[in-house]
Amino acid sequence: MAKVPVQFTLNGSEKAEFVESGTTLLNALRDKIGDTSPKGGCHQGTCGACSVIVDGELRLSCLTLAETCNGAAITTTSGLAEGGVLHPLQRAFLDAFATQCGFCTPGMLMAAKVLLDHTPDPSRDDVVEALSGNICRCTGYEPIIQAVLTAARANSQNAA
Amino acid sequence: MELRKSYFSDVRKDDLNEIGQPRPRSDSPGHVTGKTAYFADRNFPGMLHLKMVRSPHHHARIRSIDTSEAEKHPGVVKILTARDVPHNVYTILILIQIGPEDEAVLADGKVRWKGEAVVAVLAETERAAQEAAAKVKVDYEVLPAVFDMEEALKPGAPLVNEYHGQNYYLYDSGECRKVRFGDVEAGFAEADYVLEQSYQSSPIEHAPTETTGCIVAPEGNDRFTCYTNTQAMFFTLDNTSIILQMPGSKLHFVGGTVGGGFGGKVDVIVEPIAILGAKLTGRPVCFTYSREEEMQISSPRAAEKVVIKDGVMKDGRIVARKVTGYTDAGAYSRHSPYGAQKGAGHYPGPYTIPNVWIDTYCVYTNRTPSSAMRGFGVTIGDFALEVQMDKLARLIGMDPLEFRFINAYRDGDMKAHRQPTEGAALIECMQEASRAANWPVAEKYMAMSSYAKGA
Repeated sequence: MAKVPVQFTLNGSEKAEFVESGTTLLNALRDKIGDTSPKGGCHQGTCGACSVIVDGELRLSCLTLAETCNGAAITTTSGLAEGGVLHPLQRAFLDAFATQCGFCTPGMLMAAKVLLDHTPDPSRDDVVEALSGNICRCTGYEPIIQAVLTAARANSQNAA
Repeated sequence: MELRKSYFSDVRKDDLNEIGQPRPRSDSPGHVTGKTAYFADRNFPGMLHLKMVRSPHHHARIRSIDTSEAEKHPGVVKILTARDVPHNVYTILILIQIGPEDEAVLADGKVRWKGEAVVAVLAETERAAQEAAAKVKVDYEVLPAVFDMEEALKPGAPLVNEYHGQNYYLYDSGECRKVRFGDVEAGFAEADYVLEQSYQSSPIEHAPTETTGCIVAPEGNDRFTCYTNTQAMFFTLDNTSIILQMPGSKLHFVGGTVGGGFGGKVDVIVEPIAILGAKLTGRPVCFTYSREEEMQISSPRAAEKVVIKDGVMKDGRIVARKVTGYTDAGAYSRHSPYGAQKGAGHYPGPYTIPNVWIDTYCVYTNRTPSSAMRGFGVTIGDFALEVQMDKLARLIGMDPLEFRFINAYRDGDMKAHRQPTEGAALIECMQEASRAANWPVAEKYMAMSSYAKGA
C-alpha cells in the first residue's frame, strides 16, 4: 500500500515518518515513533485513553488520521513534564491518588491540560464536562476531579 | 481518617504505623508520566498478529475446516487448528485438583458457545490476519442449544459438555455443594412466619479499559518471554506449561502491570496459543482482544439464581434458612465450580441461624463461559440475602437495622459450616454505620458487642 510522508512536532521535537495511508495518529505515535503514552482502549472514540493535544485542541488519536496532522504541534503525556519537573497536573494526580491502574491516566491528563489551558480557574462542573469523554474503570472519578481542581488552584497561585 | 484503636485492643498489636497514613503508590510516577509499560507498549521487529476464527453458533458439530483460501492470503504466515495444540483440552483449576479438563484451546469436533475459538491465524499485520480469518471455511452441523439453567437441568436437555456427562458440575458432595446444620424443617415448623423469594442476576462484563492480551518473544534456545496483562501469573504459567507440554523453565512470564482487570483477566486464554504461534513460526506474536471481543468473548460474571426460604420469629430471630443457588457456568468450568462453592459457604450470611440447609449448583449452558469477577459467587448472594433481610424485617414490622443486630453473628457463635466465629466485628460496623447514616437504633443495640456475648 502507498505510504505518505508526515511531518509534525511531537512535544517540541521534529518528527518525520512514512505511514500507510489510513494509519491512525495513535498507531503512528505508538508503533512508528515509539511514544506509547497514548493508550488504545476502545479504538472507536469512546474511552478517551488515546487523547492527545493537536494544535492546542484535544483529539482522540484513535480517530485521527496521521496524514491529517502534517505540520501540526502535538503534545502527549510523555511531554508534559518539563526539564524533569512534573507539571502541576501530574503532581496533583500523584498526590490526590488519582491513578490506580494508570491506563486512563495519560488521556485524563491531556483532557485536563486542555481545560486548564483554556479555563485556568475552572468550576467543578467545568472539570466534569472536560473529563466526560474519558472512561476510568478503577480509580473512580472523584479523586481525578479533585486532582484537576487542586492543579488549577496551584496554577492560579503561581500566576498571582 | 480516624483510626479507632479501642476496638479489639486486647487481641491486636497496637504498633500500627502504616494504617491511617497516606503513602504514595510506587507505580504512580510511571502512570502520570506515561512511562509505565503495559504489555502492548512493547514492539518487536517482525511481530506477527494473531486473530481467531470464532464460532457463529451456540452449539454445533464441526464437520470440516478448510483453511486453504486463508493460507493464500497475502501476509499470512501460519494457521493453527486443534491438531497443533499438544494438550488441547484443559481446565484452569486442574492445578488445584479441580477437574475434569473440559475446554479446548481451539475447538475440536464441537463448539459449545457462540464466540468459541476454532482457528488461529497468524499474519504480518492485524489487517491481514483479520481478512484471512474471514476466509477460513468451517462447516457446522448446528445442534440444539440450552440457555436457561433450569431448562439445562431437566431430563432430556441438550448435553452441553460431554466431559462432564451431565449439565451440572459433579462435586465430591454430589450434584451440588451442600451445607447442613440443625434441622431446617423443624425450624420452619416452629417459625412464626416463613418467606420464600427468588432472586436473579444477569452476566456482567468487567470492561477493563485495556483489553486482554499478550506479546510473546522467542528468546532462542526454545525459550519464550510472554509479556501479558494476566491477573493470574502462576495459573497462566502452569496451565501454559501443561497445554504446550513445555517445562516451566522454557517459559518466562512478565506481567504485573494490568490496565484494569476486576477478575476478567484471570482465565488462561490468550497466552498458550500466542506462545504456540511464536514457537511454530520463530517470530514474536501479539494476540490482543479487540474491544468487541473483550465485550463479547471474555468471560463475564456468572448469571445466578438464588431461592431463599427463611423462617423468622416475631421477636426477630431467624430460626431456619434454606437456600438453593444456581450459577450459570456457560459452556465450560473455568472458575465457576469454585464460585458456586463459595456461594454455599456464604448463604448463611453473617448471621447466627440454628437451622440451615444450602444447595448450590454449577450449571452448564451454551452461553459464554463465565468466570471470576470481583467477589464472584458471593456478591449476587449478598444482594439477595440483604434484600431478603429487609423483606423479613418488614414482614415482622421491625426496623431493618435492628433486625440485623438481633441476628448478627458474634464471637463464639457456631456458624452453619461448624466453624466457631472468631474476630467478628459486625456489631461494631453496624453501630458505626448507624451513626454515619444517621439511622438511629435502640440503645440496647448500641450497647452490644461482637466480642463479649451478652454485653
